[in-house]
Amino acid sequence: MPRPALHLAVEIDGDGAHPAAWRRAAHSPGELLTPRRLARVAAVAENAGFTLVTLEDSILPPGAGNGPGDGSGPVGRIGAVERAAFVAASTSVLGVAPVVATTYAEPFHVSSQLASLDHVSAGRAGWVVGVEEDPAAARAWGRPAVEGADALAREARDGLRVVRDLWDSWEDDAVIRSVATSRYLDRSRLHSIDFTGETYSVKGPSIVPRPPQGRPVVLARPGLVPAGLADVALVGGATPAEAGGAAGAAGAPLAFAELEVALDTAGETARERIAHLERYAPWESGPDRLRYAGPAAGLVDLLAELGGHVDGVRLRPLVLDEDLAVLSRLVLPELFARRIAARPLPGTTLRASLGLPRPLSRFTTDGAAALVREETR
Amino acid sequence: MTRADAHDVPRPDARLHFGVFFQGVNHWTIWSDPSSGSQIDPASFLRVARTAERGLFDAFFLGDGLRLRESEGGIHELDVAGRPDSITQLSALAAATERIGLVSTSNTTFNEPGDLARRLAGLDLLSGGRAGWNVVTTHNAWTGENFRRGGFLDHADRYRRAEEFLSVARAVWNGWAEGAVAGSAEARSWSVPGAVGRVRSRTDHFDVDLAPTLPRSAQGHPVIFQAGDSGEGRDFAARNADVIFSAHGTDFGDALAFAEDVRGRLRAAGRREDALRILPGTEIVIGATEKEAEEKARWVRLEQVTPAVALGIASRLWGFDLSGRDADGPLPAEDPVVAAYDGKFGTRQLGETLDTVAEWRAKADAHGWSLRETVIELGPQRGHVGTPAGLAEKFARFARYGAVDGFNVSPYLVPDGLDDIVELLVPELQERGVYRTAYTGTTLREHLGLGPAV
Repeated sequence: MPRPALHLAVEIDGDGAHPAAWRRAAHSPGELLTPRRLARVAAVAENAGFTLVTLEDSILPPGAGNGPGDGSGPVGRIGAVERAAFVAASTSVLGVAPVVATTYAEPFHVSSQLASLDHVSAGRAGWVVGVEEDPAAARAWGRPAVEGADALAREARDGLRVVRDLWDSWEDDAVIRSVATSRYLDRSRLHSIDFTGETYSVKGPSIVPRPPQGRPVVLARPGLVPAGLADVALVGGATPAEAGGAAGAAGAPLAFAELEVALDTAGETARERIAHLERYAPWESGPDRLRYAGPAAGLVDLLAELGGHVDGVRLRPLVLDEDLAVLSRLVLPELFARRIAARPLPGTTLRASLGLPRPLSRFTTDGAAALVREETR
Repeated sequence: MTRADAHDVPRPDARLHFGVFFQGVNHWTIWSDPSSGSQIDPASFLRVARTAERGLFDAFFLGDGLRLRESEGGIHELDVAGRPDSITQLSALAAATERIGLVSTSNTTFNEPGDLARRLAGLDLLSGGRAGWNVVTTHNAWTGENFRRGGFLDHADRYRRAEEFLSVARAVWNGWAEGAVAGSAEARSWSVPGAVGRVRSRTDHFDVDLAPTLPRSAQGHPVIFQAGDSGEGRDFAARNADVIFSAHGTDFGDALAFAEDVRGRLRAAGRREDALRILPGTEIVIGATEKEAEEKARWVRLEQVTPAVALGIASRLWGFDLSGRDADGPLPAEDPVVAAYDGKFGTRQLGETLDTVAEWRAKADAHGWSLRETVIELGPQRGHVGTPAGLAEKFARFARYGAVDGFNVSPYLVPDGLDDIVELLVPELQERGVYRTAYTGTTLREHLGLGPAV
């Protein structure tokens, strides 16, 4: 049985995946931090037919700590939630998923921010669950450091549970506007979440009504949070088959393979472009990640093959201004023509584009039963 | 008043500044009328912001509340509630508006300065220098139950934390020198060596060490708003704020007294008298005639203060549940019960309860008012009622005598509540020369006529 068409996501942080990508950007370096530049990249991604853009983030400057680069790259970045909300208002079909870490942030605020992103985008919000691993982030936040893989995973998991429960804390029909009884709300449809974890507790309910999607789409790398809590696993794997294996093991409803791409442009091959940037900084990659460098046609073939193993891909272009143009001119049109991938439909939510059901609030009777099934899957 | 008597007037060239406060909570926003729209649909926010922009307002303003209000042992049901995170909503509006300032109310007790300063600076850059921050504090542990830091600050500490918070935020905002980013891709590095500073701050409330990640915006950094009415709040504003909201904008004498008090505090803080804009919150009800305006205001009050709302307000004053009573009957015969302050609803001073009830009784008896009428008549007097020309005359006087610099208008209906203000009142103000006829700047700081950010 053929799998449904591949979902296409693209990371649009900074000037591209390479730490020296700014040297090949089509704009002056400082232009990176302007609304004009952000709106332009989002428009290109939307017009190309991507289902989703993701936005990397940290309280630390890009390239700080354990990131790649020689320290000569960009050190500026607008917060991902703010960029995502701006992108949502400048687009109409594109999904928007900022990276947000709950390592130090208040889950109550994170929940409100992402629920609000879902409202301003009319149901196009996602959330890439992040982690602030570098102890320098603790100093920037002014909080005690969370150290060690177990503690970092605990803060990611607890934060996600709180955020999700707060999304559920208003039932969909909590606003009743009952003139007869003088009630705007029905308090029986609003719920305390009464979360108590190892390190903190949160009362609830949320201050934001339930998001249009019920819950924004949660994307996370496998192992970071319990499988039942994520909608999309962002998996590695050095080959399509390995990515497929990782997808199967992840246990999430969907799995997207991470794929770094550098494409031949009109004037230069991908290898020449990489070589140019390598003069400034190495393009480091995990041993466990797909990377493609070459002509557009080869990428189409690779994506066709990947379609047999995973539900989607997240592309990380070498240089946004160069590779996004090739993707939109030569790669995505071919994928759509060959029905390897599908464009999102206007007026649909991100969940609908991805074929994910809209979850019931866990605080409704049916929703509670569904949650038990989900968490024990 | 005409321009001819300008020599009698302290500020003949005064211009009014308008903001709009999309409240999103409490009974002042009417939800029962068929024209009342969604409180969460982005279209409602966009409609209000664009109307305000058409009316050449300085700012669009969002409030903040970090726990849903409760009454009678559960979530308070009678009033509008449920609103977006303000910085997220405003970042979306930044993409859909051109000129209007975008002001977020954000809390210093339940945020951390490195994070919040960055979010506000992001909004400021995305809007081309139109961001503002209304600095609020909380001191109750009840709100803290929604936060991992938990928390409780006593009243004095909350302002100390706010002041330290603001000083860290300013350091973050000013952390990049002008021209900190390389001019070309051939430069040795993206940032000019030495141009990006570091913020290290160790105070009673914070121990922060970070590298700021954003340059200054077109207006330097976000405009600081403050709303506290206590002496401490006013002093905080006099030391730190660019704009002060107040509840002193209905009666001219009261407004002038507040303005003079604030100017005294500004002088004491070593700042110029014109360094701070005074924008009282107000409601504006407009009619074609005075009579029509009064009738409309009466309708507004009755829609805001429904029988259930009146009984709820009386219940909180009396200290016990009155929800079974008749709001259109007399005041409760019982004496109020003075319970310990539970921190859940507002900041009513319990010591005043007995006096307030005595005053309500005396006035209700004298006028023959029902409980509901008493709540309406003696509740906070929220604003101005009149014809466009009459209101324009009145507001011109407020501005020219230095009682206010403008108003932060709370529409009683969303999303259409600004329409008659923009279409009828603004032209009358323009005709009298007390309101701009075009935006002359692009940033919020420029709209407000403030000096450079420090």
